[in-house]
Amino acid sequence: MAITLGIDVGSTTVKLCLLDGEKRLYSSYSRHFSRVRECLLEELGKAAKFAQEVQPCLTGSAGLGLAQRAGLPFVQEVQAAYGAIRKLYPSADVAVELGGEDAKIIFLTGGVEQRMNGSCAGGTGAFIDQMATLLGISVDEMDELSLQAEKVYPIASRCGVFAKSDIQPLLNQGASKSDIAASIFRAVVDQTVTGLAQGRKIAGQVLFLGGPLFFLRGLRKAFRETLHLNDETAIFPDDAPVFMSLGAAMHAETSAAMPMSELIARIGRVETGEIAVGQPLFSSRREYDEFIARHMRSDLRFENIYSYRGDAYLGVDAGSTTTKLLLITPDNKILFSHYQTNNGQPLEIVAGKLRELYSLMGDRIVIRGACATGYGEEMLKAALKLDFGIVETMAHFKAALHFDPAVDFIIDIGGQDIKCFKVKNRAVDSIMLNEACSSGCGSFIQTFAAAMGMGIEEFSRLGLFAAHPVELGSRCTVFMNSSVKQAQKEGASVEDISAGLSSSIVKNAIYKVIRARTPDELGEHIVVQGGTFLNDAVLRSFEKETGKEVVRPAIAGLMGAFGAALYAKENTPPETLISSVATEAELERFAYSAKSVNCRGCTSHCAVNILTFSDGRRFVSGNKCERGAGLKVVKEPLDLYKFKYETLLSLPQRKGGVRVGIPLQLVMYEQLPLWTGFFETCGFEVVLSDRSSRELYFKGQHTVASDTACYPAKLMHGHIESLLDKGVDFIFYPCESYNLDEHDSVNHYNCPVVAYYPELLKANNDRLTDDNLVMPYLDPNDLPSAARALRRALKKYRIPAGVVKAGLREGMRRMREYHESVVAEGARIMREARAAGKRIVVLAGRPYHADPEINHGIDKLLCSLGLAVVSEDAVFEAGDLVNVNVLNQWTYHARLYRAAEYCSRTDDASLVQLVSFGCGIDAITTDEVRAILESRGKLYTQIKIDEINNLGVVKIRLRSMLAAVEELHRRGA
Amino acid sequence: MNEHISDFTDDYPKFTPAMKKTHTVLVPAMLPIHFRLFKHVLGRRGYRVEPLENEGRQVIDEGLKHVHNDACFPALCVIGQYLDALKSGKYDPDRTAVLITQSGGGCRASNYVPLIRKALKAEFPQVPVLSFNFSGLEKGSGVEMSLGLIRSSAFAILYGDLAMTCYYRVKPYERDEGAADACLESCLARLCAAFDAGKEGAFRSLCRSTLKAFSAVPVREEEKLKVGVVGEIYVKYSPLGNAHLADFLLSEGCEPVFPPLCDFVLYCIVNNLNDAKFYGKRGKSTLLYRVAYRYFYGKQRALNRMIRRAGGAPLHDFEDLRALADRVIHQGVKMGEGWLIPAEMAAFAETGTENIVCAQPFGCLPNHIVGKGAIRVLKEHYPNVNIVPVDFDPSASKVNQENRIKLMLGAARSSSQILFRQGQNKIS
Repeated sequence: MAITLGIDVGSTTVKLCLLDGEKRLYSSYSRHFSRVRECLLEELGKAAKFAQEVQPCLTGSAGLGLAQRAGLPFVQEVQAAYGAIRKLYPSADVAVELGGEDAKIIFLTGGVEQRMNGSCAGGTGAFIDQMATLLGISVDEMDELSLQAEKVYPIASRCGVFAKSDIQPLLNQGASKSDIAASIFRAVVDQTVTGLAQGRKIAGQVLFLGGPLFFLRGLRKAFRETLHLNDETAIFPDDAPVFMSLGAAMHAETSAAMPMSELIARIGRVETGEIAVGQPLFSSRREYDEFIARHMRSDLRFENIYSYRGDAYLGVDAGSTTTKLLLITPDNKILFSHYQTNNGQPLEIVAGKLRELYSLMGDRIVIRGACATGYGEEMLKAALKLDFGIVETMAHFKAALHFDPAVDFIIDIGGQDIKCFKVKNRAVDSIMLNEACSSGCGSFIQTFAAAMGMGIEEFSRLGLFAAHPVELGSRCTVFMNSSVKQAQKEGASVEDISAGLSSSIVKNAIYKVIRARTPDELGEHIVVQGGTFLNDAVLRSFEKETGKEVVRPAIAGLMGAFGAALYAKENTPPETLISSVATEAELERFAYSAKSVNCRGCTSHCAVNILTFSDGRRFVSGNKCERGAGLKVVKEPLDLYKFKYETLLSLPQRKGGVRVGIPLQLVMYEQLPLWTGFFETCGFEVVLSDRSSRELYFKGQHTVASDTACYPAKLMHGHIESLLDKGVDFIFYPCESYNLDEHDSVNHYNCPVVAYYPELLKANNDRLTDDNLVMPYLDPNDLPSAARALRRALKKYRIPAGVVKAGLREGMRRMREYHESVVAEGARIMREARAAGKRIVVLAGRPYHADPEINHGIDKLLCSLGLAVVSEDAVFEAGDLVNVNVLNQWTYHARLYRAAEYCSRTDDASLVQLVSFGCGIDAITTDEVRAILESRGKLYTQIKIDEINNLGVVKIRLRSMLAAVEELHRRGA
Repeated sequence: MNEHISDFTDDYPKFTPAMKKTHTVLVPAMLPIHFRLFKHVLGRRGYRVEPLENEGRQVIDEGLKHVHNDACFPALCVIGQYLDALKSGKYDPDRTAVLITQSGGGCRASNYVPLIRKALKAEFPQVPVLSFNFSGLEKGSGVEMSLGLIRSSAFAILYGDLAMTCYYRVKPYERDEGAADACLESCLARLCAAFDAGKEGAFRSLCRSTLKAFSAVPVREEEKLKVGVVGEIYVKYSPLGNAHLADFLLSEGCEPVFPPLCDFVLYCIVNNLNDAKFYGKRGKSTLLYRVAYRYFYGKQRALNRMIRRAGGAPLHDFEDLRALADRVIHQGVKMGEGWLIPAEMAAFAETGTENIVCAQPFGCLPNHIVGKGAIRVLKEHYPNVNIVPVDFDPSASKVNQENRIKLMLGAARSSSQILFRQGQNKIS
């Protein structure tokens, strides 16, 4: 029998397997660092020792193109695996395979089904690599650490960008790395369950395949625990890493035999395919030199810290991935600067550097003022007693003003975020921050460089003189990964990819974050900053894309710290001779311990981190309200969201009779009064689903069919499960194409998800039947047809027509009453806010944003910042009717435009729009709401929310907004 | 109540009737066959229409620059194509307009007109947008509707459906390469001439000549895997939107099957009738919709009779499609392609096309429910059906999409045990 060779060329690895019939002759597994062909040829050379002639078959994502070009047989990888599983593990029920960038699941029994991850789905090997880089450890170390975990935090696993924004605050708050490592693995499992299984249960004997599942014990443990598997039902085969190549080898029985030498020659001959390429960054060395010389001009001068005598000001920027310190003289010369990856421990780094500073300064230099900024601002201020703290956007703005007083546009690309400000009249006019899904920031290049086995400097230098930079598109990390994968497959060089990534980052920033249509919109005097711009390839790409010469200060990476230092200098009163920052003696004794606990202040049970310092002081973070921080609670918060939520929960009153379950989510956040009114009139008892929570979400997670739907919709699955568990007689959830007609828009639709979600629930939850889910199609504007539909749907209960109609009328009355109470309470809140001199925030979203699990306590956060919070439904009727550019045809969205109109002419009210991630309709409304506000000179702030529960970023955004509003007022006054 | 109106609309140019004489009207590449007929439908009414064919990275890049990140992919393709065309130098921006269809449903697609206007405003503020709709939207800047135009459009849809269906039935099996394409060209030439001469009403003779022409194309006797394509209307049909899905399926040795456009039109009409039935939304237009439905459905049945007589498999009867829909989803799901998608999948399963690509733009809202969300129920009714949802997106790589389709094909082939010999890719 001939020898067969399976070749699996994946996104990160090459796997080979030589089979002589059933007997395994040779197998190998190696990372290709994107040098696919070279690596493959090398591995084939090694395999050639074991066989002269083989029947080959390729598989894997990068194998597809290779097979076509070299004229070799190919089998799709899941097919390859399927065949091998059938032969080797006939008793397996499900197989899960995680690869570099793909995740697959095969259901083998009870209807064969094979699934791969969609195009926007992390939770793969590359995701794990990315997370390890973020933690600053190797994947093996992460695995080791995860086994010692005591606690698992919720982390979004949909894509790397999301997870990062979950993990970063945990790191900054001092959560232990072992807990985070375990949480990352848990996130991968959750992703597999929701993203891949999509409503089908993973049960029975489960086979785990692919490299990550073989090498990472922590990941295996997480799978076993989550899926409740034991030694017999969870199988981790020894050949897991090379399983696909084994499958391909089995499949190769029908391939034509060829000498090994010919196979190698054919693959060696494969030519580079066509890929879209752009212009080189520099056409000549001279151009490069001129570019370098021009940027050398924007620099600060230095002062010798060893000889200088006098005052100094300290700025500390504890960013998401890096920590920056800058000590300046009163005439802005640099005495000392420091830039370091914080490895998740900013506090230790800053304390260490302060010690170093004290020893350098001796008694010649006195720190008169110190200011902290960045993610870790509050913690640093508390731990090391810095005098000031400012929100990072303001720090960056201050620093940019120093370099170009005429600056009208600032863009800062850091490790994790992109910040842009437009400047008018020396005040920040608008702020744009990147959304979780249009990232592609500095750490992205870093991760890529690491994947290619080199440091970031080396990697970006390679791009400078690339002849044909690859066009990689301008979207999020996951997409770029697959674009890079394709470019590699087509044979693009590392140089071209490096240059292509730089240009992607720039395009992403300009067109996606800033949303500029043409580069001219940015402005004339542009200052670029942030560590990423120290990368000359990125800087050059930016200048090429905008066609403008920009200012990049040599301290681009230290601008936050510089701005903080300037702030300290400007705000230190003349009578303060020495900063309150921890003294040398205090630093000597300085130590802290971190602990994470669940706050018991209220029902939210926030996971909070407590740092206890050696002098007994404590710092609490992760809390959503003052209660967790141990502060005095605002007695009567001016918070309409709280009022709405509590009012709704108290609605069902009647006990006894048939029990009808109503899931409190989506449309029910407004129509609950209608349906309790209806059912209670008909003599039923209304039972509400459990309150939304992360746990509730997990409860229904296995029935989620589309993982890119919005979080409110995905939460609905948990609500349904909770109602089923309560044993209600049936669940009521109507389908409504049309929402209430409020006579202010062209049409009055619901969004498709709100309108038809019951269909999806029924189709994907085994426990739901025609009997226990009553989902009539009705229009709340037309009582006769709605009454007919209800009567038909509830015919089992024989409700007389008159009672149905009376019930509907009572329901409508209660809904009006509820709405009036919201408006009245909103008016009261605004009155009291005005009396107390507080600003009002119209937190504008949809009715279901009142759910604390969906808004993540943003209302409480706003209150803690000293603001009064009302919702869009309380104010829109005070707004004018509006004519807008878009087709105004959804009820909830029409309210947004009118609420914006109201805010645009109400001096002490600011609008903050809440947008659920994945809401396609808000892609249309946000631009329009922004336009309404900006046409009347008001700031627009948008907060995108998802299942991630990270208020850090939100807080920065809100504080920036407040600072900008204050700035505008100061100037206006 | 506050009745004051604040106007936040931008000024935009409108398409005035006089512009028919001066302006070239650009039409996006959506249905290559149908739109060539529409060119003549509108041409006879004085519009100089030009279906666009530009493609490539620069089209997508223009789209990315001008369309919101979270807006749908079709909007991005259409807008990218307009801007790329306007920048190509082939058209004088002062004498060019762009045309878009609008359904007025509860999905974002109804907002294409404002999205296009926004995009044009940045670079070609003088270019007017012309809306083609039957819902009375955009009165100041729409194609003037008349009974004659509606009737001609109906014929263009039916002839286009027939030509498209015949073409994909013959193409995979043609003995001489290019024979199906040549036949399509000659049929389209005949049809276009009929529209130009105002003789498109010769329904039977035009249908029969098309059927006859295609049945005369010599074919090989061989069995190929049929792959049905359903999904969001733009990515389902548009080669630009679906990365030339039909060509890919042909190159994989499959027979692609596209549901006819008339299904979608009938679906839109029926939704209005359903609104009257479910929600008491009766008005003057209800009667018109009823008449339109009878007329159009009658034509579809007539067409099917002719196809059957010519020995071919008919299009799926629309009333039958509605009955199939009722098995899996409620006909109240009317946004986007709504209940039509599961109904078409069920119809495919019933008629032996068990392998289905469900094409959807990434993040398409209605498709959460009627695409991915309905697969499980369909599988309960039709255990052998093999559905792969594919997301189309400006940056999702082709490898990714093709790999998923290949997975489906591989599964289909191993289950049907058909031996395929295509190149060296033997799968038993």
